[in-house]
Amino acid sequence: MKTIRTTAIAAALILGVASGAQAATDAKEPETRDWTFNGVFGYYDEAQLRRGFQVFKDICNACHGLDYIAYRNLQAIGYTEDEVKAIAAEFEVRSGPDEDGEELNEDGDFLTRPALPFDKFNNPYPNENAAKAANGGSLPPDLSLINKARIGGANYTAALLLGYPEEMPEDAHIPDDKHYNDYFPGNAIGMPQMLFDEVVEYEDETIPMTAEQYAVDVTAFLQWAAEPELEERKSLGVVVMVFLFVLTWLFYKVKQQVWRDVH
Amino acid sequence: MADTASTAPEMSGDDGNRRDFLLNATIGVSAVGTLAAIWPFIDFLSPSADVLALATTEVDISGVDLGMAITIQWQGKPVFVRHRTAEEIETAVADDAAELRDPQADADRVQNPDWLIVIGICTHLGCIPQGQKPGEPRGEWGGWFCPCHGSHYDTSGRIRKGPAPLNLAVPPYEFLSDDTVKIG
Amino acid sequence: MSHPTKQFKNPVLNWIEYRLPIFSLIDNSVGSGYPTPKNLSYWWNFGSLAGFVLVIMIATGILLAMQYTPHETMAFSSVEHIMRDVNWGWLIRYLHMNGGSMFFILVYIHVFRGVYYGSHKKPRELLWIIGVIILFIMIITAFLGYVLPWGQMSYWGATVITSMLSAVPVVGDDLTIWLWGGFTVDNPTLNRFFSLHYLLPFTILGLVILHVWALHEHKSNNPLGIDVQGPQDTIPFHPYYTVKDLFGVGVFLIFYLYFVFFAPNFFGEPDNYIPANPLLTPPHIVPEWYFLPFYAILRAFTVDIWGITAKLQGVVAMVMAVLLLAALPWLDGSRVRSMSFRPRSRIFFWTFVANCIFLGYLGGQVAEEPYVILGKISTAYYFAYLLIILPFVSRTEDVDEVPESISAAVSKQ
Repeated sequence: MKTIRTTAIAAALILGVASGAQAATDAKEPETRDWTFNGVFGYYDEAQLRRGFQVFKDICNACHGLDYIAYRNLQAIGYTEDEVKAIAAEFEVRSGPDEDGEELNEDGDFLTRPALPFDKFNNPYPNENAAKAANGGSLPPDLSLINKARIGGANYTAALLLGYPEEMPEDAHIPDDKHYNDYFPGNAIGMPQMLFDEVVEYEDETIPMTAEQYAVDVTAFLQWAAEPELEERKSLGVVVMVFLFVLTWLFYKVKQQVWRDVH
Repeated sequence: MADTASTAPEMSGDDGNRRDFLLNATIGVSAVGTLAAIWPFIDFLSPSADVLALATTEVDISGVDLGMAITIQWQGKPVFVRHRTAEEIETAVADDAAELRDPQADADRVQNPDWLIVIGICTHLGCIPQGQKPGEPRGEWGGWFCPCHGSHYDTSGRIRKGPAPLNLAVPPYEFLSDDTVKIG
Repeated sequence: MSHPTKQFKNPVLNWIEYRLPIFSLIDNSVGSGYPTPKNLSYWWNFGSLAGFVLVIMIATGILLAMQYTPHETMAFSSVEHIMRDVNWGWLIRYLHMNGGSMFFILVYIHVFRGVYYGSHKKPRELLWIIGVIILFIMIITAFLGYVLPWGQMSYWGATVITSMLSAVPVVGDDLTIWLWGGFTVDNPTLNRFFSLHYLLPFTILGLVILHVWALHEHKSNNPLGIDVQGPQDTIPFHPYYTVKDLFGVGVFLIFYLYFVFFAPNFFGEPDNYIPANPLLTPPHIVPEWYFLPFYAILRAFTVDIWGITAKLQGVVAMVMAVLLLAALPWLDGSRVRSMSFRPRSRIFFWTFVANCIFLGYLGGQVAEEPYVILGKISTAYYFAYLLIILPFVSRTEDVDEVPESISAAVSKQ
């Protein structure tokens, strides 16, 4: 009886929190998708993450940064050291002071060098103001944590990327420099539809080159970017849980033994 | 606590054995769990992934002319890379036979005689010796001179005069190509 | 303490014990030398569990501080650095983050248990008051800690909560600026919050020692709420309650680590993964779940009365909601401690618990009808229970027959 009460209190507390987290918006609820990283045994599909990276690099990275990820981190999704070097070398980064302490070249621009694996991802804009200026006043958010920073997580990101209907509702009022999106709070989003069929060339011919597939792949990649520890966390968690059940059971048996004469 | 008199009820016979087994198993499993749980707390203090990513440094040495040197940072320390002239190599090899405080042959200190790569920290008390840039004093043996306490190093980075006890240390490195060296 | 030095076979232990009787101290605190009522239920596990979590919080917190940078431009990224690059950083941080929630779950249950069984009543009033102070400092510590990651919720939570000080008459605004060390929540605020967040847990630790000391003076209360009459009513703490507490630790760890490993952000807010932006308030600011009941009380006051602003009323009510608990030993005037024998008190107690949970629910809702009026009613019941219902009912109700002794009750079962 008492145990039931405890559980009820705990459950009520938790439910109170969960319902408290819902914010009211006029946006549609994103559909729940079946991600590989869902659940206690969740994992990442490395091939999918690499495809997602390709989409990110070819499409998203034109406007969005990935500030907390370094090129070296790509080894975690199955790229070899040399491949990572080659990917990094496609980008230029500020090289910092040279031997004479100079940071600028003769033209007054910052000295650059090809990026190396330990460099953080290339941000398309030098600063936030430049990013806003290039995007009609909207700031393309950094994508490192996007799936953790939005209610709905991966489901929301994928839905948003595909949430541009061919005809927008007649009663929607969207400013000229904004775009209509079913899932964005307020529906007026700065980002136009970016994913269309066959905009990115996949090497694996068995994977359909559709906007839907791109959205799912890049969202999975962004999930990895937000939670690179997820696989390790969940797999370790399973071991820890099994261990704790055994240990707690042992504690219970010892407790019963010790207490037998009192009851 | 093991020695304190236990007021726990005494068990006898098989029952006691079973209890001992259960107790020992529980203590054993808890000990394993506790030790395993402590590890993340210790390992937290080890160098993090971003620090380890800088554990090796690749250097492009194609721009270093004969007789010149560059200083690069490796694991936060200065590393001297000197493109030695034929004359400097010759003296260094010849001095293998000289009386050295820390005897070492030049051949043991270089992989490619043209390039001397040493950690630029004086083995005396940790100053950075001079001699990298043209115009800086290179000491009596034409290598490096530490201004702090007057240690002289030769063109093989060996200590020749002054208080330093050891030769300039050679970091682990390998030539990836003629132009690229990976240090670390 | 008379000098009951222990005798050991091991001469080293004897040598130490003779000079510093630490082993008898341990034995008399949590060992076989500490007689404990034999009828403690699992509700008595929550105190030791809270202590266990305090240790985890301090250990993980000390480590996190080694990699965290309390600076407005670096705090957020230093937390991400911990999550991504530092060995086991994600584990240590998630342990700390969820540990905060666990701490409150345990302590809230611990508090309700105390109220139900009359653990605050004579002679344990001071033990109880120290507990209320611990709860109060815990609340402050948790709030300070939530600011440190410097995400959107950190920043705006800090702004909203610290702005409460401005409700103080006359000096309110100056006080707020003093607290901020600037004209808004800014870098100086972050720095001092970090410093205090590191300090206060040790204050809590000190108070916990006092709490346990006071506990040992008159020993644990028990579900019957009657005094221990002799050795037949007690059993030694060790091994009986050490093993029972360990079993509790096992069950608790399963609950706690489930969240750490499988739902680490369950108790958190997505907005806190967006770096703080002083120019953009998130549309829906909510405090951490454990503050929601207090937040609902804060918002329940909307009308100025007799020149006292609604803002000040709300702030005072919120602080009183915690501090009033310290007066419980006198508000509850029953001659019987345990509500097991006080049927009417029991009804109002469970209504009070349900009401607290409901307040928590309301605290998470937007400030619109019907939530506003429900919040007022719910807040009214919170204070009515403490100030009217409990004092009245406890003094007038008919109590059931209380068993003669613990051993008599136990043997009857």
